[in-house]
Amino acid sequence: MRDITEERKLLMTLPPHLSTGETIHCLMFDVVIASVPIILASFYYFGPRALWVIFLSSFAAVLTEVIIQVGRIKPLTLKNFVYKVVTDERVTVFDGSALVTGILLGFNLPPGVPFWIPIVGSVIAITFGKHFFGGLGNNIFNPALFARAFLMVAWPHHMTSWVLPIDWSKLLTQPFTPWSYDAVSTATPLSVAKIKTVEYPIVDLFLGKVGGCIGETSALAILIGALYLLYKGTITWHIPIPFLFTVGLVAWILGKNPLFHLFSGGLFLGAFFMATDIVTSPVTRLGRILFGIGCGLLTILIRIYGSYPEGVCFSILIMNACTPLIDRYTLRRRL
Amino acid sequence: MAFFEEFSRELIKGIGKENPTIRLVIGMCPPLAISTSVLNGIGMGLAVIFVLLGSNIIISLLRRYIPSKIRLPIFIGIISTFVTITDLCIEAYFPILHKSLGIFIPLIVVNCIILARAESFASKNPVVLSIADGIGMGIGFSLALILISAVRESLGQGTFAGYSILGEKFDPALVMVMAPGAFFVVGAIIAIFNYMEMKKRWKS
Repeated sequence: MRDITEERKLLMTLPPHLSTGETIHCLMFDVVIASVPIILASFYYFGPRALWVIFLSSFAAVLTEVIIQVGRIKPLTLKNFVYKVVTDERVTVFDGSALVTGILLGFNLPPGVPFWIPIVGSVIAITFGKHFFGGLGNNIFNPALFARAFLMVAWPHHMTSWVLPIDWSKLLTQPFTPWSYDAVSTATPLSVAKIKTVEYPIVDLFLGKVGGCIGETSALAILIGALYLLYKGTITWHIPIPFLFTVGLVAWILGKNPLFHLFSGGLFLGAFFMATDIVTSPVTRLGRILFGIGCGLLTILIRIYGSYPEGVCFSILIMNACTPLIDRYTLRRRL
Repeated sequence: MAFFEEFSRELIKGIGKENPTIRLVIGMCPPLAISTSVLNGIGMGLAVIFVLLGSNIIISLLRRYIPSKIRLPIFIGIISTFVTITDLCIEAYFPILHKSLGIFIPLIVVNCIILARAESFASKNPVVLSIADGIGMGIGFSLALILISAVRESLGQGTFAGYSILGEKFDPALVMVMAPGAFFVVGAIIAIFNYMEMKKRWKS
């Protein structure tokens, strides 16, 4: 009989040999923490209604996730239920991925939408966008963007009616008006720019004092969140920087104001929070850079030549579909 | 009654476990293209049943005389005869339906359900069984088509066969009557049927 220590030496383990103790749970809650400044900014600009939309979409997303995962327990008994929750690593309710999807979807909705829109959107994101492809890690498209594209095509009139940010200076004189949501309707800078040439003060665009989706207007708040994610290493610069750079460069080449195109619309949110989704973006560094350039190119082309005023959502979805191809060509082959 | 049993088995398999649209996922052109309203679905379903029945009968009758090397052109010739009959009849008696189905009636010729049944069943089996197969497959196809178009019409327009069912307050999801909606609904229906199948397997 061989020595037991001898046998130990030959023990093989699967590839990730070094563990940092970082789990999906950590990654997802980093994103939740990073989204706090954006939530605060959305409250500042669009009032409590923005918080309601974000809350409803996250709540519906988590609830849908729970229902689907419970439905997949074969013979549904209490014993199987407990067993699955305790042992099966495919239970993804607790890792917060559904919560992140819900929050990001909320950021992508206009503040004036009827309250059933975030709920329907989250249900579609989790069922069609995620679980029909096999759950977390198997989805081809970013679920939040998938749902946004669906809502955009399904209810275009709700998804393109914008309201002006709240003017808090009126709070002292007329304490109730900012809260009422028969608010002044407006257009996003991009949809105005589609029709005529206008000059928006870049500071307003940067701070977010313009019409737009709940979480996309304030580039400043998004930058704060993104710096946290970059610091924690949850995202790398390889996607967002080429994305932003390409948009600015092509806008400049085509004779548009690059700063206007950088700070308007959902570009910052898309570049830092959507395109960097680890499931749906390439794994190699070169692949990520190509992915970012592709997103940027498509975004600016849709913005300038397409029929939609904003192209971030569709460009990221299209590049999501290209991700397996990019991975195939940029993965280092073993010689 | 062995014969009767065989007959009913061939009849039922097309509706249930070999349903062309939901199980075999063949002949997807009409379910994707014309399933925007229930009336379209019913019209297309009946047309396909008629063509499938006719072509199955004729091909089954001629199965000993068709040389196997040129069987496909002969199948297509027989099928297109019935398609032409259907096309002209619908144009004469239901001009509105003909207008909304449009090019998709002549396209029944290349619907692979019909060619597949001719190739894999009618050319190998006697006439009576081919009739059962044709009716079963046709009904299975029509039921799936009506189900898909019912979901798409009610969600996309709030109506069922032209009658408003979901009330004034319902906000129709335009995407459902557009092309992506067809893929969503077909995918979801296939997923639901697979899920039910899985549940059945867990129980046993």
